[in-house]
Amino acid sequence: MSTVTSNDQQGVTTPGERAKIKARTLRSDRWWIQPAVIVGALIAFIIYSTWRAFENAYYYSEPLISPFYAPCLASSCIDGSSSFTPIGSWWILSPALIILVFPLGFRMTCYYYRKSYYRSFWLSPPACAVSDSHKRYTGETRAPLILQNSHRWFFFAGLVFNVILTYDALIAFRNSEGEWGHMSVGTVVLLANATFLWMYSLSCHTARHVVGGRLKHFSAHPIRYRAWTYMSKLNAKHPRYAWISLVGVAMTDLYVRQVASGSITNFYFF
Amino acid sequence: MGLKRNFRVWRGNSEGEGALKDYEVDVLEGEVVLDVIFRIQATQATDLAVRWNCKAGKCGSCSVEINGKPTLMCMTRMNTFEENETITVTPLRTFPVTRDLVTDVSFNYAKAREVPAFTPPVGLEPGDYRMSQEDVSRSQEFRKCIECFLCQDTCHVIRDHEENKTNFAGPRVLMRVAELEMHPLDTLDRTRMAQEELGLGYCNITKCCTESCPEHIQITDNALIPLKERVVDVKYDPVKWLGNKIRVRSSND
Amino acid sequence: MTDIEHFKHDVVVIGAGGAGLRAAIESREQGKNTAVISKSLLGKAHTVMAEGGIAASMGNVNSKDNWQVHFCDTMRGGKFLSHYRMAELHAKEAPARVWELESWGALFDRTAEGKISQRNFGGHEYPRLAHVGDRTGLELIRTLQQKIVGLQQEDKKISDDYESRLRVFAECTITDILLAGEGENRRVAGAFGYRRDSGKFVLFEAPTVIIATGGIGRSFKVSSNSWEYTGDGHALALRSGGTLVNMEFIQFHPTGMVWPPSVKGLLVTESVRGDGGVLTNSEDRRFMFDYIPDVFKDQYAKTEEEADGWYTDPENNKRPPELLPRDEVSRSIMAEVKAGRGSPHGGVFLDVSKRLSAETIKEKLPSMWHQFKELADVDITEESMEVGPTCHYVMGGVEVDSDSAAAVGVPGLFCAGEAAGGLHGSNRLGGNSLSDLLVFGRRAGMGAVEYLNEMDEAGAIRPSVRQQDVNAAVEAALAPFNQVEGENPYTVQQDLQDVMADLVGIIRTGDEMRSALDRLAEMRVRVANVAVMGGREYNPGWHLALDLHHQMLVSECVAKSALAREESRGGHTRNDFQGMDPNWRMVNLICRLSKDQVDIAKQDLPWMSEELISLFAVSELSKYMTEVELNQLRVPEGAV
Repeated sequence: MSTVTSNDQQGVTTPGERAKIKARTLRSDRWWIQPAVIVGALIAFIIYSTWRAFENAYYYSEPLISPFYAPCLASSCIDGSSSFTPIGSWWILSPALIILVFPLGFRMTCYYYRKSYYRSFWLSPPACAVSDSHKRYTGETRAPLILQNSHRWFFFAGLVFNVILTYDALIAFRNSEGEWGHMSVGTVVLLANATFLWMYSLSCHTARHVVGGRLKHFSAHPIRYRAWTYMSKLNAKHPRYAWISLVGVAMTDLYVRQVASGSITNFYFF
Repeated sequence: MGLKRNFRVWRGNSEGEGALKDYEVDVLEGEVVLDVIFRIQATQATDLAVRWNCKAGKCGSCSVEINGKPTLMCMTRMNTFEENETITVTPLRTFPVTRDLVTDVSFNYAKAREVPAFTPPVGLEPGDYRMSQEDVSRSQEFRKCIECFLCQDTCHVIRDHEENKTNFAGPRVLMRVAELEMHPLDTLDRTRMAQEELGLGYCNITKCCTESCPEHIQITDNALIPLKERVVDVKYDPVKWLGNKIRVRSSND
Repeated sequence: MTDIEHFKHDVVVIGAGGAGLRAAIESREQGKNTAVISKSLLGKAHTVMAEGGIAASMGNVNSKDNWQVHFCDTMRGGKFLSHYRMAELHAKEAPARVWELESWGALFDRTAEGKISQRNFGGHEYPRLAHVGDRTGLELIRTLQQKIVGLQQEDKKISDDYESRLRVFAECTITDILLAGEGENRRVAGAFGYRRDSGKFVLFEAPTVIIATGGIGRSFKVSSNSWEYTGDGHALALRSGGTLVNMEFIQFHPTGMVWPPSVKGLLVTESVRGDGGVLTNSEDRRFMFDYIPDVFKDQYAKTEEEADGWYTDPENNKRPPELLPRDEVSRSIMAEVKAGRGSPHGGVFLDVSKRLSAETIKEKLPSMWHQFKELADVDITEESMEVGPTCHYVMGGVEVDSDSAAAVGVPGLFCAGEAAGGLHGSNRLGGNSLSDLLVFGRRAGMGAVEYLNEMDEAGAIRPSVRQQDVNAAVEAALAPFNQVEGENPYTVQQDLQDVMADLVGIIRTGDEMRSALDRLAEMRVRVANVAVMGGREYNPGWHLALDLHHQMLVSECVAKSALAREESRGGHTRNDFQGMDPNWRMVNLICRLSKDQVDIAKQDLPWMSEELISLFAVSELSKYMTEVELNQLRVPEGAV
């Protein structure tokens, strides 16, 4: 039988040195633009949404409610904005803070946003083939990042919000007196917002997995296979929907705020 | 001959000692970087170590980093660069260097050996396999892999952290796990193994593997994330977790 | 000699392409300790370049297909020069080899019933090629590679060592096969080579060596072959006392890329034509209709309407002439270009965009689409490709015993795959290569195992390597470093490629080949004097300097055989001897090395068995055979 006289068993920790090249990267293109743009955009959103969440005003103007405050669950909610206030009156902060954790959690644990902020905020790595410059890296193997696996929980919660915001958009087919059969710019804005959020949710990697991705035999589940095929197409555009829906939520809120504060009038088509 | 172009090629030994060396070399119309490297080899440095085979983007041998980007030399056309641009070619930076542009990629073969092989159902005879196209398409995408190891090279988990090589198998190998998990006739379950032994949790889905793939395989979206989702299925699924807590799910579910 | 690594194995397989890996799997599965020597990294072998598919008469798409039809197609394609027994074994065993791949994890494209899908290809009567898009070779090599990993995992469980019974030596080149004994008792004792990365020498002691080193295409200027294809196995066999058969037959694939220059020769898969691609000249004429040879008149369409109808209704239409065997198509393209009806860059047009939708093209021919898009900036869903012949395959090779793949004249030496000769006769059909690798790779493994078992049962002592042979091998390997004023190996190789392409290329004449032989004789001296710079660590200049010796030897065989065969047949076309000569059909040209000189000798082709020859109509055979042979055929008919 074989006598192995050399001990070069191929192993994981191969002996030998990497090419000693000092540069953090030899990339000559402007690789830092993308992370920089993302930092800018996300910070802008964070500032705006934080301000609005704490402002605790101008989020309702019948029949329009801001997505930052829907559903409004505290007794302190502006009259008419809510008919269901299980939180009661002990909550003295902005009612937005009760609910925002869910959409925030959904986006924080989203596979696309993870990529974006790991790259642009954590610089881990800032761009491909650019050193991450961290001493140690354990990724999502331990707390707190292992909690990213909770994406599925937030996904289901997000669906509940989509239903509520769709409901909000539908009841916006009323006028400011609460009469049905009317439609305003606000209705369109709320409808668009709900649509974008659905697109974002349905293009989600978790959704794709739950609907059919986990199956081993597509051929045995033709309907789920068709759904998976459709959602796979959406999934390829998940980053786009992530941004559109994010900007959409902010813009919707801004529109409602402008109407509620009286800066603009909600124009009615009929 | 064509235009003179400036190349900087890393020349060095297996101790990693070396430097970028300048070459001025002719470039003809329609050439790729590998053609130019050949010309340097044939006319200026016959001992320039280069690994290549098919020169058609099918074998995945000529992996290097060009202007800092992991790529195949045979698929990088010269007309993608500015005319006066100096082109820097270095070996892959994640693996030990053998000499010049050649690296020791045995890490990838060693990791591949840790994934249990395809295991068909007992008693299914060759010739009796029946699989529908829609059931094999997903795994077929992953089998386009030419094992150029650019994804392994670009992945910061091991590129920037040598110590993680023990615990992390890299995108190529995890994609192989996904391929087997989606194979309609494979009978093993490697999901926990992917998380607990091959280091799927290290992946922070920053997608550099996908960006570097010359075969345009959607490694992150189609292999790694679905694999992470399968791990969630067995380890972190809320419905399953709830089900187990209140025991509404019977064992024959 | 301190730095020689030393290994002992039962079987050493040289080459890690389809044939080598399949041979290694076989011998390991039969319990023999096996080493696989790979010139490149594992999984990079030239097999990955195979695009179209594996020919096997599974009958999944057309149930009329069976091994007999496949056998006949192979014989026809090889112009009845194929070794009949090899063609028979090949046709019979190919389906089992494909199904076996599936049980090892291969994922072929499927039919609606869930079986392996099969596609049309040149020279095959029915859809016969199992395929995965246009990357079938990659699937094959990866499957075998992963099967090897699977076997290593089994061994690990038993011995805690992955490599206890099957070990792959990546980036390792064999320069010598070592023999023991003299004259009648000569037999294989081992192999010597070097590791490409460290430059260190390796010595394998093994009573059996399987050559699976592929072809020789690197000796031609325009070639679809990689640097590895330097005819190592051919030369090793010659130098160990083996013989080569039919080396004059070189397949020029009709459709290689012709532009840009850097990709000249790169393959455009035959599936493009199988799936509906048509060849046109600068006058936009489908010229292949003008070139259907008499022997194929009955099988191919005469009009465009009939040819077009075939794609949808093959029962009632004949196949388009674009799907003639490769040698015919190559010659026709050359003739068109010569007549001034070529494309701007010296080829002809191949168009698939008019018949197939962009989506279908991207689905069926994904790598072709990428190849043209990325390398030539041509979108094949909208434009036609420019193509021309490229050196692709050598039909000739090491002469072997059909059943055991044992090399003739060297006990212990076996050979399979492109390196072996015989199966494909004068021209190989597309798709028959991958099946050849598997069928005869396995048989070579079996042959080696049987040889070992017989040796062990007889209680024979394993042959041992002679120290002086090892010393000589070391000296030869280091020689290029000792040259002070020698030539650059790259220049010499380029000159060799020019000589072979210009003087022993697609169309040959006696005078040109005689001058080629003169040039080769001069080059022999130059090759011996090649000098290299640098050290032994991963030094491609040094590697090439050593490979050049193999290339030289093989090129001489090709040129001498081509000069000797005074007819045109398959992959051998002579301007001075046009057309097939039935008298030459009975002749194999055997190449051997005696006292360092290449000798050519004629040898009779074995006569087909009764069962096989009855598969052909006498009217067809009469196009190929001599009157004497035909009478031989008629006599038994009358007698019975």
